Amino acid sequence: MNGVHDMGGMHGFGKVEPEPDEPVFHAPWEGRVLAMNRAMGYLGLWSIDISRFSRETLPPHVYLASSYYRKWTLGLENLCLQFGLVGEDELAAGRALHPAKPVKRTLTPADVPKTLSRGSFERPPPAPAKFKPGDRVRTRNINPPGHTRLPRYARGHAGAIEHIRGCHVFPDAVAAGKGEDPQWLYTVVFDARELWGEFADPALKVSIEAWEPYLEAIP
Amino acid sequence: MQLRVRALETILTEKGYVDPKALDVIIDAYESKIGPHIGARVVAKAWADPDFKRRLIADAAAAVGELGLTARSTHLIAVENTRRLHNMVVCTLCSCYPWDVLGLPPVWYKSAPYRSRAVIDPRGVLADFGVILPADTEIRVWDSTAETRYLVVPMRPAGTDGWGEEKLASLVTRDSMIGTGLALAAGDAP
Repeated sequence: MNGVHDMGGMHGFGKVEPEPDEPVFHAPWEGRVLAMNRAMGYLGLWSIDISRFSRETLPPHVYLASSYYRKWTLGLENLCLQFGLVGEDELAAGRALHPAKPVKRTLTPADVPKTLSRGSFERPPPAPAKFKPGDRVRTRNINPPGHTRLPRYARGHAGAIEHIRGCHVFPDAVAAGKGEDPQWLYTVVFDARELWGEFADPALKVSIEAWEPYLEAIP
Repeated sequence: MQLRVRALETILTEKGYVDPKALDVIIDAYESKIGPHIGARVVAKAWADPDFKRRLIADAAAAVGELGLTARSTHLIAVENTRRLHNMVVCTLCSCYPWDVLGLPPVWYKSAPYRSRAVIDPRGVLADFGVILPADTEIRVWDSTAETRYLVVPMRPAGTDGWGEEKLASLVTRDSMIGTGLALAAGDAP
């Protein structure tokens, strides 16, 4: 979706402000939210892209005005509602009012260490890769209303395949409930002048990771 | 937010979806076990051992796996900074970051100013960090749009010949492994 989360190239957000000696969490609730997202993800009801989409679909003014962990809180609440795990009335009351929905598994303290390693998103390829390193490609000009990982600033531009990263779960499909639909993943590199015009830094290159459906060959 | 989050945890716990003790273990892992000291160890080893560096650049997940860390670094890619090329990592769409080797990302990494500007004005972003690169140093920005994760191997500071890995690791800052900073100078070792 063409949401405010897709920030690459926007102006007006000001300077980057590093915080000296930044703590891991700025308040205890931030840690609880992070951990709840992990634990709820472990139920196996949704994937990482579905949880990303739940944050992207927050109203734009809410997204922009919320801290990172506030977005994670709101996104998790929305997922719990969407998947029927929690009711609006329960969120309002701050306690459980209805029986739980049966779930396949829950995260126990003993299971935590194995969840600290990320799972693999690589899958057996359904077909050989269409592109190889060095190929010139153009990103498609797509504007799907659903989840996508092709940023707006990189649509419709010519670049080069630099690496093949394997065949990975396709976020656009999985977030739309269409299954994993594995697709080849490439690092595509662009000259900054291609992305930002003739006055861009000539010594800058920008790359994205692009799934094959995002790309078309340049003859 | 504290009350709202506590309410959510209460509901999820009462319904049996969440075990608060499991949450404690996750929080403890990120507060005390998984952090940039891991990445610093990887970089120091790459500086000290050219064979390891070759393996790291060729297949970072496998090379980091050799170190026997608790968390597996699935889909990790290491990119090396040189005099001619400076690498910098961003996630313009959300906040993708190599948690396994750097821990949780700092607030600025997840902020709109960084996510918006890193891909269009990385030299300006570097200036916000007090880093000025030679104009002819090429900058390469990696936008982490997939499940691949990037670790920058910063340039080894001058005057560190013969240093052991532990002392080298003390020069490797978190920001130098994101590409918004450089490694500390030999004289600035803590």
